[in-house]
Amino acid sequence: MSDSNASLPIIDNPGVNRRRFLKTAGATLGLAAWAAAMKPLLDLTPEVNADEFLQKHYRELTPEQKAVVFKRLEEEAKAEYDVDVTISDPPPMENVLFGYALNLSVCIGCRKCAEACHIENNHDRASNNSYICVFEMEKGGIDFEKGNATYDHPVPAPGKYYMPVQCQQCENAPCVTACPIEATWKEKDGIVVVDYNWCIGCRYCEAACPYHARRFNWEKPEIPAEEVNPDQSYLSNRIRPQGVMEKCTFCLHRTREGRLPACLEACPTGARVFGNLLDPDSEIRWVIENKRTFVLKEELGTKPRFFYYFDE
Amino acid sequence: MVEAQIPSPPAPQKNSAVLSYLGFLRRATGVATDGEWYFYVWMIVLSGIALVGANAWAQQVRDGMIVTNMSDHVSWGLYIANFTFCVGLAAGGVMMVIPAYLYDDEEMHQVVIIGEAVAIAAILMSTLSVVVDLGRPDRFWHLIPGIGKFNWPLSMLTWDIIVLNGYLLINLHIVGYLLYMRYLGRKPNPKWYIPFVFLSIFWAISIHTITAFLYCGLGGRPFWNTALLAPRFLASAFVSGPAFIILSMRVMRLLTDFHFSPKPANTLIRIIRVSMCVNLLMLFSEVFTLFYTGGSHASSAQYLFFGSHGANGLVPWMWASIVLNIVGAILFFTPAALRRENTRIVACLFCIVGIWIEKGMGLIIPGFIPSTLHEVVEYSPSLIEWKVTAGIWAFGLLILTLILKLIASVFSYDLSRKISMKQNVVPEETPATTSMPVETT
Ligand code: SF4
Ligand code: SF4
Repeated sequence: MSDSNASLPIIDNPGVNRRRFLKTAGATLGLAAWAAAMKPLLDLTPEVNADEFLQKHYRELTPEQKAVVFKRLEEEAKAEYDVDVTISDPPPMENVLFGYALNLSVCIGCRKCAEACHIENNHDRASNNSYICVFEMEKGGIDFEKGNATYDHPVPAPGKYYMPVQCQQCENAPCVTACPIEATWKEKDGIVVVDYNWCIGCRYCEAACPYHARRFNWEKPEIPAEEVNPDQSYLSNRIRPQGVMEKCTFCLHRTREGRLPACLEACPTGARVFGNLLDPDSEIRWVIENKRTFVLKEELGTKPRFFYYFDE
Repeated sequence: MVEAQIPSPPAPQKNSAVLSYLGFLRRATGVATDGEWYFYVWMIVLSGIALVGANAWAQQVRDGMIVTNMSDHVSWGLYIANFTFCVGLAAGGVMMVIPAYLYDDEEMHQVVIIGEAVAIAAILMSTLSVVVDLGRPDRFWHLIPGIGKFNWPLSMLTWDIIVLNGYLLINLHIVGYLLYMRYLGRKPNPKWYIPFVFLSIFWAISIHTITAFLYCGLGGRPFWNTALLAPRFLASAFVSGPAFIILSMRVMRLLTDFHFSPKPANTLIRIIRVSMCVNLLMLFSEVFTLFYTGGSHASSAQYLFFGSHGANGLVPWMWASIVLNIVGAILFFTPAALRRENTRIVACLFCIVGIWIEKGMGLIIPGFIPSTLHEVVEYSPSLIEWKVTAGIWAFGLLILTLILKLIASVFSYDLSRKISMKQNVVPEETPATTSMPVETT
């Protein structure tokens, strides 16, 4: 196989056989070491299977394929969490654009909304995760620098007001633009959703969101079987896999069926108003037309569909 | 694996190009994995570190990203920091080609192939840094255009994927082609590589600019949202790249038969001097804008340089980086740096580490602290993150060693013939154009 006029110097090296032997031995040892180093991968949870691996993007699934996927997910929930869940897929309604408004004069910072979210959306119990952060703010301005989301004392405290923040369902959502693989997108009714089975977990959307609205599954969520909310949907509150992004969906599994978001139902003060922005007779339209509402970080041009207001 | 993607040039002699090229690859592998005892020690140590990193990564995939110290507040950490630096290194290596062709500096051409080798290793490192940062690496195929779902041209990350891979291919082609021609003892046909060299220069600028756009395009992160980010990236790349090349050349000069003229290193040092000044000037002007104006833009900088709300995790990092950068710059300005002494080595190391911090931990982490809603949650890398990052570096150095070794063998074989005739005369012309049996196609 000596095939060239310019050969490299090792060819007539007498030690070449011993070297070759040593190299082969080294390479074998190296391969064995690699196998050992990668061993933790073998213990991977069973949910990483061929069907999961090959599953197409949600928006490319036919209704038949969806049925198969949902059935598989229900079986997985049974196997891993020992619960019977139903995974639905309510489509966006015609002529509906969801909006949310929050009366800051009324909110007392009790965090009942955050707690309801935690339960409704099957969040990991240990981390006490929720899509809603309630900030205790100093009266006299809207300055998050003086805000505190980890307050731990009776509410409402004097001199303070409370500002719950969750996904603003931006019309110009920077998170959607950022995602390299369209794993997150805006639905017709304005809800920004994530396909938990398509997301690769790069967290670029989390860096892009100006409202700290996104949550990452740093580990597999743990929920005791009796606490799982079995009324689930594919794009919202089904139990998320490890390593993917999630976010508030205005409880689309409820709201697309005419119910109200869990956080609104839980609010003891009635600070929250939810509804269809396209319906001129809706309460949310009344609030926007009659109150001086504002949105967070308006200057960024994200056009939130989450409005705040104070009673005069 | 590396050489496997090089397109084979037209057949030089009777045997088919494929056979000849396979022979080249076989021998190249032999040469690249042969060496003195210290070579084996070096390679074994690197492999060991790479294995530790691989094992740490496997644990991370199994247990989830919870084993890192990242959080929903600081959602990118050491991995993306290292990614940013490596992209700069890759770009900087090749941008050195600009002076070579712009000023028609013949001797700089010698440096080109080293720069490209550094670029190949650095691109592999940056790609790995992104892969280990994914929560679901098993879904990597979603990123492949055609079969996945590529959010192009909207997502800056897709641009980055395209330019990084394109860059890798271009550089593999250039290095592979030059070496192969050399091995055949033929003069490289400029048609086959000069256009690619120019393409890679342009491309080098683009990879670093687009990586900067990744961050500065995010309106919600005021610390990154500055137009100066891309120019600053380029300026620091013009320092880290050449510094790495100088180190590589020193190692090659000491341990192989590959001979360098002293001039290219001096040109590199002059480039570093200017870029380092530009870099420090831009840093200063940014710091001024931030602190003089104040406001939300300043809170990250406040945290970075002085700490805020009792949190000061990055303060030692940042000041270490500033000291390293300034001392490194001063050393580069001493006349001793232009001689083949250790001053330049120390200066290179200082600047590389300084920029690694500045473009990594000092750039990525403060983007998240305080968070978009002004919460201060700190971050420092976990042991797993350090292991994985060390593993990536070990792998990168491994690849770089193999390529440099190959370059040295292919080039010095011809050179050694020439030198034995001329009695230790250091070749004055670039190896790519000398001592070739002139035979152009
Ligand atoms: S608030 Fe954040 S997560 Fe929600 S749509 Fe806007 S950018 Fe996306
Ligand atoms: S974490 Fe998931 S949803 Fe977010 S940008 Fe990455 S792939 Fe898209």
